[in-house]
Amino acid sequence: MRTTAAGVLILLMCATAPAVDLHYGLTPRLIAEDTYLFEGVNEDFSRDNGGNIVNVAAIVTQAGVVVINAGPSRLYGEQLRAAIARLTDQPVVRIFISKLHPDHFLGSQAFPQVTRSTLAETITGISDQGEQFTLNMYRMVGPWMIGTEVTLPNDTVQPGMVEIGGHRLELLALAGHTPSDLVVLDHSTGTLFTGGVVFHNRAPTTPHADLAGWRASLETLDRLEFRLLVPSHGPVSRDHRPIAQTRDYIDWLEESLSGAAAEGLDMAEVLNMKPPERIAALAVMPAEYQRSVSHLYPALERAAFRPATEQVQ
Amino acid sequence: MRSVQWDTMQRQILDGRPFVFDPRVKVLAPTSAEDSMAVPVFVDASEVEGVSEILVFADLNPIPEILRYIPVQAAPRLGFRFKVQQATPIRAAALSEDGVWHVGQVWLEAAGGGCTLPSLASGSTDWESHLGEVSGRIWRHDQSTRLRFVVVHPMDTGLAPGIPRFHLEEFDIRTDDGVTLARLETFEPVSENPVFSLDLNPEVSAVRVGGRDNSGNRFDARVSE
Repeated sequence: MRTTAAGVLILLMCATAPAVDLHYGLTPRLIAEDTYLFEGVNEDFSRDNGGNIVNVAAIVTQAGVVVINAGPSRLYGEQLRAAIARLTDQPVVRIFISKLHPDHFLGSQAFPQVTRSTLAETITGISDQGEQFTLNMYRMVGPWMIGTEVTLPNDTVQPGMVEIGGHRLELLALAGHTPSDLVVLDHSTGTLFTGGVVFHNRAPTTPHADLAGWRASLETLDRLEFRLLVPSHGPVSRDHRPIAQTRDYIDWLEESLSGAAAEGLDMAEVLNMKPPERIAALAVMPAEYQRSVSHLYPALERAAFRPATEQVQ
Repeated sequence: MRSVQWDTMQRQILDGRPFVFDPRVKVLAPTSAEDSMAVPVFVDASEVEGVSEILVFADLNPIPEILRYIPVQAAPRLGFRFKVQQATPIRAAALSEDGVWHVGQVWLEAAGGGCTLPSLASGSTDWESHLGEVSGRIWRHDQSTRLRFVVVHPMDTGLAPGIPRFHLEEFDIRTDDGVTLARLETFEPVSENPVFSLDLNPEVSAVRVGGRDNSGNRFDARVSE
């Protein structure tokens, strides 16, 4: 598969070689004590944004830097490492990867010596699907992917408390956005890193979603006390509104699609469904909704069907 | 919308007969194929008078023809899903009573690989005991009937290494009395376990769905409300 990825890259480089400035311009912003955010743009992957659509955070502790999510490419990872080195002399000692999606783990390639931690099922997911995600990223963001290969997390974490350099980090093993979603709550600063469980002002993505499980995870987060919420996509928040917004979207999605399936609409007929204003206003609408139709409608329409009778096979 | 293959399409698939690009033939599909194994498409030619046949094809697919629909007593529109190999136009040609193909189209972006990927079923043995099994439902509307159904079938294109071509070829939708309401001819790119949406003219509470694949396996079943 490595040769395939390299082959794709060569083709892409030939097609796009002239004048591409491959700098993400990663700028840390202090959002809490010791805590810096590298905020991604609220867009879909493109050659303009190089895949930098994800929020990456760095906690500078007395025992080294803890990074939460690693960005979409080897280049991103390298530029992240350089940006952190400008912030502090402390080395990166730990990376937490919240889920299997490529923009969250591919940048960890730039941190081969660092403990790269995630939940067990996420490691399985990256092993199974990582190559395919990576090829797809080459197609979508092109030259920004140069030299990017899947680097597996090398440390499996369990839910519970870990203490790193004076920061007490609670790890929560949730699910629903993907089969395993790692959430980190820094009790020392009250910062909640929700990973993909919470989206803010952006339509949530559903390629690996289980909506019932997702709802339960959102309820868990809603019961937590925090001072600052860092979603994986979209602006940070001092209140619970992004949690409610994410739940509102997946509720709308499921009700609309199961309603359409119960009325006998074809999958292509629901692609252009008009969402209410509050949903239509989210970033990456309606493209994200159209993707969700592909993910969710087949199962919902099957639920509306019944076995035929008098079958002759 | 032109493609390098259009002249070939016009000659081979439309038999070189006269055609017009006609926006009244609507092709609904996503802008980009999220799942290259199952791209949803809905074709609606009901604004064109006297349509006797609809051909759907994708110029740049290795096997361009997707299906041929004969709406005997049905509206000239249908929904289905297909496998796409790369970005391509999806075109629907509706043959009207004046003998002219009315062609509507949409451009589909795709990461690709759908036609040369093995079916999911080819990786398991479970499908064999369910081959040809039908599920579905009927929704009665005022003076028409929406029929939706799915048939269990791997729909192998023959383009995936070591897996022979094996796909459904013919469908026949009939009333309980045996009157044909619609006929459908399907080609390799139609998705695995194909799902169809059809709008039949009479308001009925049940229909029979029958057909066969290219290996001569037949199926028949009754779908009701």
